[in-house]
Amino acid sequence: MLATETILFVSICYIGILFAIAYYGDKRADAGRSIINSPYVYALSMAVYCTAWTFYGSVGRAVRFGPAFLAIYIGPTLMVTLGWLVLRKILRISRAHRITSIADFIASRYGKSILLGGVVTVIAVLGIVPYISLQLKAISTSFQIFSSHQEGAEPIRRMPFFQDTAFYVAFLLAAFAVLFGTRKPEVTERHEGLVAAIALESIVKLIAFLAAGLFVTYILFDGFGDLFAKAAAHGGMSDLFTFSRNGGDAYMDWTVYIVLSMLAIVLLPRQFQITVIENVDEDHLRKAIWLFPLYMLAINLFVLPVALAGMLHFSGQAVDADTFVLILPLANEQKVLTMLVFIGGMSAATGMVIVETIALSTMICNDLVMPLLLHLQPLKLARRTDLSTWLIAIRHAAIVLVILLGYIYFHLTAEFYTLVSIGLVSFAAVAQFAPALLGGIYWKGGTQKGALWSMAVGFLIWGYTLVLPSLAAAGILPHSFIEEGPWGLSWLKPFSLFGLHGLDRVAHAVVWSLMANTVTYVGVSLFDKPSALEHTQATMFVDVFRFSGETEESLVWRGTAMIPDIKSLLERFLGRDRTEEALGQYAESRNMDWGLTLKADSGFVTHAEKLLAGAIGSASARVMVSSVVKEEPLGVQEVMDILDETRQVITYSRELETVTAGLKAANERLKELDRLKDEFISTVSHELRTPLTSIRSIAEILRDYPETNTIEQREFLEIMINEIHRLSRLINQVLDFQKIESGKMQWQIEPVDLIQVTQAAANATRQLINEKRIRLTLELPQAVPSLSGDRDQLIQAMVNLISNAVKFCPLEQGKINIQLIYDRHQLEVRVSDNGIGIRPEDHYTVFEQFRQITQSTDRGRPQGSGLGLAITKRIIDYHKGRIWVESTLGEGATFHFSLPVLPPIEKLQTG
Amino acid sequence: MKSGGVRNKRFAYLFLLGVLAFNYPLLSLFDVPLMIMGIPLLYAYIFFVWVLLIVLVGLTAKSGSQGM
Repeated sequence: MLATETILFVSICYIGILFAIAYYGDKRADAGRSIINSPYVYALSMAVYCTAWTFYGSVGRAVRFGPAFLAIYIGPTLMVTLGWLVLRKILRISRAHRITSIADFIASRYGKSILLGGVVTVIAVLGIVPYISLQLKAISTSFQIFSSHQEGAEPIRRMPFFQDTAFYVAFLLAAFAVLFGTRKPEVTERHEGLVAAIALESIVKLIAFLAAGLFVTYILFDGFGDLFAKAAAHGGMSDLFTFSRNGGDAYMDWTVYIVLSMLAIVLLPRQFQITVIENVDEDHLRKAIWLFPLYMLAINLFVLPVALAGMLHFSGQAVDADTFVLILPLANEQKVLTMLVFIGGMSAATGMVIVETIALSTMICNDLVMPLLLHLQPLKLARRTDLSTWLIAIRHAAIVLVILLGYIYFHLTAEFYTLVSIGLVSFAAVAQFAPALLGGIYWKGGTQKGALWSMAVGFLIWGYTLVLPSLAAAGILPHSFIEEGPWGLSWLKPFSLFGLHGLDRVAHAVVWSLMANTVTYVGVSLFDKPSALEHTQATMFVDVFRFSGETEESLVWRGTAMIPDIKSLLERFLGRDRTEEALGQYAESRNMDWGLTLKADSGFVTHAEKLLAGAIGSASARVMVSSVVKEEPLGVQEVMDILDETRQVITYSRELETVTAGLKAANERLKELDRLKDEFISTVSHELRTPLTSIRSIAEILRDYPETNTIEQREFLEIMINEIHRLSRLINQVLDFQKIESGKMQWQIEPVDLIQVTQAAANATRQLINEKRIRLTLELPQAVPSLSGDRDQLIQAMVNLISNAVKFCPLEQGKINIQLIYDRHQLEVRVSDNGIGIRPEDHYTVFEQFRQITQSTDRGRPQGSGLGLAITKRIIDYHKGRIWVESTLGEGATFHFSLPVLPPIEKLQTG
Repeated sequence: MKSGGVRNKRFAYLFLLGVLAFNYPLLSLFDVPLMIMGIPLLYAYIFFVWVLLIVLVGLTAKSGSQGM
């Protein structure tokens, strides 16, 4: 079997690789080439959610309760489905306010309250330390199984810490967290190396578990079908296929666990750290919201098969189901696979411990220790020159402390509980942040007192229903406390408070604590009077997508401060170089000149406070900044006024934008019309000038040469008359169009026979047609029903169409065909020619006024005003008809118009 | 580009679908000791809905990604 030394060696090598990856990641980040700037790395790092609990504990839970283990992964799946709404909002807020942890987030939301940040930190540490100890326990147990397997499954006993691998692993993890989790005083600076290492750990644990699952399912058994069939045949095991083992309220428990894990995925400090603080790009969320659920699905695929296989394999033996995934390969002499599973389990545990410890250390430092130190007068800390080393030292101490606490807890109590039950207690603890955090980002009415009391009440109930009983189980409290309730008061029994029973103990605690918590939050908030700062922060958080950075700066702060004061304050916490760099960037973006300005404006102060908040948390930053500035306190009313003003300004400016857009469009349209009108005028004047010129020259000839013979004189006069006709036709067209456009046209409505109209139009244009020697054919039915309309205008419309066709027909070979078609509803006229045709893009615009479509081609300037078709269209429109054109370029065009026919009864009346 | 509001509503809708599919009473319909293709019905159902939800969320997240 594998020697202890080998296992130790491999473990240390693995952790060594983590160090190397983290080191590489940091180096790349320093060089400006991030290796974690990818949605895949982001999603993988989110999988730090899957800890040793998932890796070992899920199997144990599946053995005991069947499908119930899945709730813990379905909850997060549902929550990240809402990730684009909820997580993105939290991300945006955190970036805008330079949030450093979940404690900082809640403190900042409720008026940058130091007290609130402290309370959140205490709850988080008390709730999470058992969870960390769970991971150490998993490492320790897996190691013991390894080394003691030769003598058979020996019961796990307590051993002194110097013989315990978990102790050395804990030590290495603390070193890792110290090295890669606290490089700079500013927490909002990402820990790239750390995230890279966590993503790698996620890959390792997934591969390890899948390998174990595949081995069990396909090597030990003959696939899923075989395994499930054997399990079903084995007495009692088929219970695991349904909820039946959980008793009647299984669905209730299931739902409570889904809700609990939904909250945990947002509220666990390590998830907040990875999802929010370490996020590189908000858009990564878009891929992570389905990649992360996919990861959870994959790692759960083989949980039930492993559980069943373990039960079949070790039936009758006393083997802890939590260790099946490791023992199954071990018992089957699979050395490499066992090693891989061991490493996988270790990666699951170490990833969690590292991130959780760093997140907790930030909270302890920024929200617990720093505020206390700053308040302790004898230390005179507030006046020390360089605090950035202090900050880092405190964080290092906090990391060591948290891991040590976890280790001690593991040694004292962890043996009594299974992996999952410890984890669930932690989930229930952090769930107490839910009303304050989620309520805080959607409800402006939530107040500091509301948040404080709600968490206090929830935490008390959590302690009473989950922690005190465990003390009783450990023998610290009398056992009757659980059985009969304190002082024999049965309605205070911790597992069935007020007689509520049917739920399992965690679900029972969650239901009571969250219910009381939420009711307190809403109730106290509604009866509370929040301060000005609370109002401001509430609005900033809830409306984060509406406020830009600039609006905010003008809001929060009013007072006087000196730039050197603020600068020295920043230098004490961030160090000189970082301060110069950060303020330099700010000055550059504002075109500020350091030499000239001494007084800081509100934008500068707010910026400085945020920089500081990134290092020591918002509450402490606020205290520090107000120690160097003279602030004029703002009243609630004032803040509300400013906020309302800003909002109104935003609304107004939006309205203005809409109006401006409308005006712009109108202006464009006007410009276009103006251009067309100019063109029209130049066309019309050109058209008017041609006949005028010829009339004038003929008149001059007649004046200068009175001796020309009468035949010639007659010819000249004929031409003059023709030209004058052409002139008056043009002028009439312009006047007609003007009349129609302005609605002054006098329409003479009477019954009209379209056959007559067509013939009249053909006759009117006869001369035009004959001049170009065009062949005109008419296809008219015998009789058509009459329609009501203006006969002259309809003739005009038809004449326009024909003369338009004539214009574009070739000389000599021109053909024009006029068709009149009648169906039951309408009369349709088709005027086709074999002219040059119309481009498809002009099929609509030909009917616009002043439009002469041939301009852009090399066909020369067309004759006519460009009004003919526009007038025609208006006449047809007036008669409730429709006009359109069909044409292929080069093959002629067909203009259609259709007019509705009068109903028969009216036809009788009118004609 | 889809407007943000529509996409948010789609995600909210998928979330509600998930909540319904993963809870009583829909869940109880599949909570029977039957096997489908050698796999317990309840597990087959849960994993099927799970995969479906992931695919739908993926598609919703992808839609309108152009121009963002």
